[in-house]
Amino acid sequence: MNAPATFVRPSPLPGFGPALGATLLWLGLLVLIPLAALVWRASGLGLSGILAIASQPRVAAALRLSFGLSLLAAALNVILGGIVAWVLTRYEFPGRRLLDAAVDLPFALPTAVAGIALTAVYARNGWIGGFFDRFGVKIAFTPLGIFIALVFIGLPFMVRSVEPVLAEIDPEIEEASATLGASRLTTIFRVVLPPLTTAFVTGFALSLARAVGEYGSVVFISGNIPFVSEIAPLLIFVRLAEYDTAGATAVATIMLALSFAMLLLINLAQSWARRRTGNG
Amino acid sequence: MADIATRAPTQSRDRDATAESPAIRAAMIGAAVAILSLFLFLPLATVFIEAFGKGIDAYLATLSDSNTLSAIRLTLLVAAICVPVNTVCGAAAAWAIARFDFVGKSLLTTLIDLPFSVSPVIAGLVYVLLFGARGLFGPFLQAHDIEIIFAVPGIVLATTFVTFPFVARELIPLMQQQGSYDEQAALTLGASPFRMFWTVTLPNIKWGLLYGVLLCNARAMGEFGAVAVVSGHIRGFTNTLPLHVDALYNDYDMTGAFAVASILALLALLTLGVKTLLEWRFAGELALRRRH
Repeated sequence: MNAPATFVRPSPLPGFGPALGATLLWLGLLVLIPLAALVWRASGLGLSGILAIASQPRVAAALRLSFGLSLLAAALNVILGGIVAWVLTRYEFPGRRLLDAAVDLPFALPTAVAGIALTAVYARNGWIGGFFDRFGVKIAFTPLGIFIALVFIGLPFMVRSVEPVLAEIDPEIEEASATLGASRLTTIFRVVLPPLTTAFVTGFALSLARAVGEYGSVVFISGNIPFVSEIAPLLIFVRLAEYDTAGATAVATIMLALSFAMLLLINLAQSWARRRTGNG
Repeated sequence: MADIATRAPTQSRDRDATAESPAIRAAMIGAAVAILSLFLFLPLATVFIEAFGKGIDAYLATLSDSNTLSAIRLTLLVAAICVPVNTVCGAAAAWAIARFDFVGKSLLTTLIDLPFSVSPVIAGLVYVLLFGARGLFGPFLQAHDIEIIFAVPGIVLATTFVTFPFVARELIPLMQQQGSYDEQAALTLGASPFRMFWTVTLPNIKWGLLYGVLLCNARAMGEFGAVAVVSGHIRGFTNTLPLHVDALYNDYDMTGAFAVASILALLALLTLGVKTLLEWRFAGELALRRRH
């Protein structure tokens, strides 16, 4: 439309130069140059070098575990986050505002604190771990424990993505659906949920992205047994401790590449869902 | 059609057709409470119960330990450097992005959000690759006896990386929403750019700015993964509070670990409290339009 012919469209406001300059300096020094160092290191290894490290059994196992469990946790969060968002937007009950504020706890609580607390609750002598232990189910120090931590860390992303969209759905379309004879369940599944698809996909993507890279809340509960419960971010630590910078770089590069590939796929799914439901 | 018409009037008047039955409602509320309890409330309660497990004396002994005190000092120092830097630069970025149209604006906005999609461990790793002994600048730094990795500067850098987007991503949508008419009016009336900023821009964005700073600070004080990579875990010197929690935990000093964790949990609760207060009182002056 009105594409600027110059670099910046003329404006009566002052300070564009200094503001953009400070921003670029800040972004360049702190984020772009350091990330470029990673890319530079990775390019030194070459694609074949990176793939050779990726196919090492221990690396492959850690990547499979991290990405697999993150996908599962994001999927469970669709259901759990959906229920929580529904209850918080649709029902009025004592304590609702408190619950709503508490949803952000995983954002605010330092991950190391969350990590040791989850471990204490889900270990064999913990409140919930003890209950499951009677049935022979171990949670802490198994992949199941990692899964719990990833659900914890992803839950607020889902709730906060779905909540505002759910709150904006016009009650009239539900009334129309009910007037036309649809049962409540039909209305929910055919009228209320479809426009929420994009919000759920956004929540899924955010929850997944966070879970894949998550370290603090997972390392305590995971037990960190190679091939069994060792996550990819931890493996970067292990490689660094072994002075294997190349190994650490390769794992990090693969994690970044896989994350971006997944986010790209999710973006495609997003635009597909948007076209289908005609809803942003 | 006929059977809908005959069925409709039979529905009782006090039950809204667009609401669930009381039983389903109760079950849903119960489920939400159960989910939040299992994942949020129980772990939070555990922190305090374990912290006071051996009585208040053991709790206070851990907190007054010299390593804990130096961890508190380091945590405050790191936050005192990285929060102002990210605040000033975040505000500058918001000014450029929300007030001007320029080539590559959306790319810049995406890049500012980039640190949120990078694992904190990778955030730490990139600085090791730059400044570590085998890093790009490693030999240079060693020759000049400058320590960055396994020292405080590395911790500050890694923390600044992970808390980078908080202020900018809060201010950009807020300032876009507000538009620039107030500022243009101030300029027309003869205000200097500096005066315009202090008397018009800043008062308009103050609550949003506080909101961003609050979240930035909470993350800066609580960051673990990125800092763990670059710190070297030297007690009394390069341990922040989260790293100190980790160190005590690995020594099987559970009470100590949870005692230190309880300080961080209190910080989180305080952050949540102020954040919620801002959302309730000043919803119109924040970028988010959330229902509470």
